[in-house]
Amino acid sequence: MKRFASIAFGTATALFLQGCAGWQSALDPKGPAASELAWLIWFFAGLCAVVWVLVMIALAMPLMMRPREPAEPLVLDAGADNRKLRVVMTAVGLTAVILIGLTLLSFFANRTLAAIGSDAALTIRVTGHQWWWEVRYEDATPSRILTTANEIHIPAGEPVRLLLTSTDVIHSFWVPSLSGKLDLIPGHMNVLDIKADKPGVYRGQCAEFCGAQHANMGTFIIAEPRAKFDAWWNDQLQPAAAPMSGEAKAGEDLFLNRPCVMCHKIGGTPAGGTVAPDLTHVASRQTLAAGTLTMSRGNLAAWIADPQGVKPGSHMPVVDLSGDELNAIVAYLEGLK
Amino acid sequence: MSSADLTSERDLPPEREATTRGDLVPERDGPRDTGMDDASLHRWLARTWRTPPGIIGALSSVDHKVIARRYLITAFLFLCLGGLNAVVMRIQLSGPQRGLIGPDLYNQLFTMHGVTMMFLFAVPIVQATGIYLVPLMVGTRNIAFPRLNAFSYWVYVSGGLFAWVSFALSMAPDVGWFAYVPLSGPEYGPGKRADVWAQMITYTEVSSLAVAVATIVTVLKQRAPGMSLDKIPLYVWALLVTSFVVVFAMPAVMITSTFLILDRLVGTHIFNPAEGGDALLFQHLFWFFGHPEVYIIFLPATGMVSAIIPAFARRPAFGHLGLVLSLIAVGFLSFGLWVHHMFATGLPKLGASFFTASSMLIAIPNGVQIFCWLATLWDGRPVIRTPLLFVLGFFFTFVIGGLTGVMLASVPLDLQVHDTYFVVAHFHYVLIGGSVFPLLGAAYFWFPKITGRMMSERLGRWHFWLAMIGFNAAFFPMHIVGLWGMPRRVYTYPAELGWGNINLFISAGAVLFFLSFVLFAFNLVHGALRGAPAGDNPWDAGTLEWATSSPPPSYNFARIPVVTNVEPLWAEREALAVATGLRVDARELIISTVAEAHPDIREKSATPSIWPLLAAIAVGGTFLYSIFTPWAIVWGAAPIAITLIGWFWPKGDPEDEE
Repeated sequence: MKRFASIAFGTATALFLQGCAGWQSALDPKGPAASELAWLIWFFAGLCAVVWVLVMIALAMPLMMRPREPAEPLVLDAGADNRKLRVVMTAVGLTAVILIGLTLLSFFANRTLAAIGSDAALTIRVTGHQWWWEVRYEDATPSRILTTANEIHIPAGEPVRLLLTSTDVIHSFWVPSLSGKLDLIPGHMNVLDIKADKPGVYRGQCAEFCGAQHANMGTFIIAEPRAKFDAWWNDQLQPAAAPMSGEAKAGEDLFLNRPCVMCHKIGGTPAGGTVAPDLTHVASRQTLAAGTLTMSRGNLAAWIADPQGVKPGSHMPVVDLSGDELNAIVAYLEGLK
Repeated sequence: MSSADLTSERDLPPEREATTRGDLVPERDGPRDTGMDDASLHRWLARTWRTPPGIIGALSSVDHKVIARRYLITAFLFLCLGGLNAVVMRIQLSGPQRGLIGPDLYNQLFTMHGVTMMFLFAVPIVQATGIYLVPLMVGTRNIAFPRLNAFSYWVYVSGGLFAWVSFALSMAPDVGWFAYVPLSGPEYGPGKRADVWAQMITYTEVSSLAVAVATIVTVLKQRAPGMSLDKIPLYVWALLVTSFVVVFAMPAVMITSTFLILDRLVGTHIFNPAEGGDALLFQHLFWFFGHPEVYIIFLPATGMVSAIIPAFARRPAFGHLGLVLSLIAVGFLSFGLWVHHMFATGLPKLGASFFTASSMLIAIPNGVQIFCWLATLWDGRPVIRTPLLFVLGFFFTFVIGGLTGVMLASVPLDLQVHDTYFVVAHFHYVLIGGSVFPLLGAAYFWFPKITGRMMSERLGRWHFWLAMIGFNAAFFPMHIVGLWGMPRRVYTYPAELGWGNINLFISAGAVLFFLSFVLFAFNLVHGALRGAPAGDNPWDAGTLEWATSSPPPSYNFARIPVVTNVEPLWAEREALAVATGLRVDARELIISTVAEAHPDIREKSATPSIWPLLAAIAVGGTFLYSIFTPWAIVWGAAPIAITLIGWFWPKGDPEDEE
């Protein structure tokens, strides 16, 4: 029994330590909102643990007592019951006090969260799709409006306002190390302010069940120093890089003459589809298919050759390509930095 | 209060029946139980109240105990099916990127798991326990509206079969048990899967409403003489409050599912934002039902706890009035919390905060119940038998669920844990800890009454520890993995997030928990076949169901008891006073007044009939057909009308005597 207990304890500890390294964890906050929430979670959890222990002690007490005298069950000790009544009333009173305290705490935490983004200078419109995120950087100058997908670059240390909506079903935007979640609802616009304290990559994923590939609808927030962020924005505004090799050129032609062009946009080419992610700078992203695969030549090929194997049910169709054609398209896309 | 004037062998109200209609319809009065000797009384009553022989007879039964047994067995089978769903899901999730099943099957599995557990197991089984016990506990011979009760069972079975046949055909709903639009709407939910969800809801809600109405009327009008409101057992109170919650909550979900099927079938666009509808309306309607639903499942379980604890603590429940008022308060408050399921939808912050406050508030009456139960136990070491063990397990687990519920009530905190495994852990602690553990305790507690035999105490203890360890191993770590960022309803997860080991541990716990139910099933069968004979009152408990034989005869009580105490069998150790004057050649019940339970009139209870089954087939067929075409309503109307006419066709009996 002792051995079992030590194994169980060891396992529990190991499991716990393992999770603290997470980059998608509410307990590993990297921004002011998540920090406030992590504190709130620990406070609530601690208080609840204390209450639970007290209730368990109260439950264990009778189990330690002497068995009740085999008296008639209706013969009660009125004095004892009166004392119990006082204890019960006190416990109810304490419960009420704790609950009022927690309600106020929750209310003020909510106010703190609401204040985080009050001076946000950057507005990003995030639109949910089955199963990817369309990310549009708003700007007063129309030529500076930028559309990308799945990865959201933000300047570190600055609050950013996200406008959340959806064109199909309900999704929920959740990057736990930065903030709580908020739904993307067709016909509604929600506002979520986020802020990352330091540069880094923070993973998130859709938190509202949205169909077959709900599990593979990841997103990344990439916080960078302001200068690097501005440079990134300027790079992304450029049209797609012209194919460098003959193979890549052949790939571009194939892309433009095959069904790919119906859904995807590549800036600077006739490809202007808007129902699927913008691929103008696809190779500059870290992952493919909303966090399903890491970006690499092999994964690009795998995703194009067998999208239904990689992400069953996704709206990316299988396009019939020969091996050479596949290689050419991959060579082209790989150059779209 | 007038229990004093209800002396033993006192006749029911004077023979006024002759004057009510006597001039027109000659009264055909039959023999009464007054002064009849026991042997001939049993003979008469057994003949009057029996379920007719043969298959048609069995299908015509209106005996609440027969119907309840069918309900219990069916619900237990659905529990096993839902549990198997869960085991398959847990194997799929036991490691990152496992390929046992794909998203299509996984999404059907978790939807069927939720739908089965909520609509085909939890609600039916708590209602079925009530169908069995409430008439016995209030001292009457059958539930009110027995044919409606039979009808409810057949509709429930057809709904369950409908859902599971769809699953076998791989056309089960895959949109979650909550089936949010637009995912379940016409545009994003192709095929018939979401229609199956919508109509399956309709079946089970019709059935559940029917049982609720029957339960309410039984409790309010059929209580044994002397069982005034303050002497109603706590379990019966719990069922009464639950039934009222059902009556007010279920219509909301029926509207939801009906609107959904209208959107899908006839293009009403009620939930379509592109045409002026609203997707959030669905959530409001659904959760206006969905939150009370939790209490529909939980309140009867509190009633079970309130019945089991006094029996083993050897005293009446401490704070009876406080417990009753808590039940009623929870019933009311349960309608004011639904928005806490929708905090992440971006509602105005101040408005959401009010729902934080109301969600916190409901913890107070629940706290009162917990404290009163603890105080009941404080008189000395209780007798620890398996039913009480499960109640102790209930405290251990449900309090965790209740406290994490307090965490979820906080708007900001909820935004981190909403739709994560933390919530999965929370509601399993509430539903399994708060409802299934008491149900298991109740199974051990009332099994002897239902079968006349005891379940094995030794196996019971094994079962308890296996269930406790398995349950906590499966569900406690889910709190942690939820905080680590794992969302619900994902069929797989990437290895680099580091959730693999903890999920393996969870899956092992889930398998252990499932095995505990296998052991339980074995104990049930073993007990029914080989268990030691139980006698009328094996636990020396105090409520009326223990006053009759085990299993009870078809007529429940040979003579209707007169109640003088909330624990009548403890108050009257020798013999219960009885009320007499009922006819024995007809199914007569005492109808009593709502508050004081004064015997008021004698009323006939319905005789067995095949029409409820036929009506259920007609209704079920119409629902089934309606997922294909709206014309189903037109074609279905005729058979429904015919069966209902057959059901209610006047029998030419003399009108019920006063």
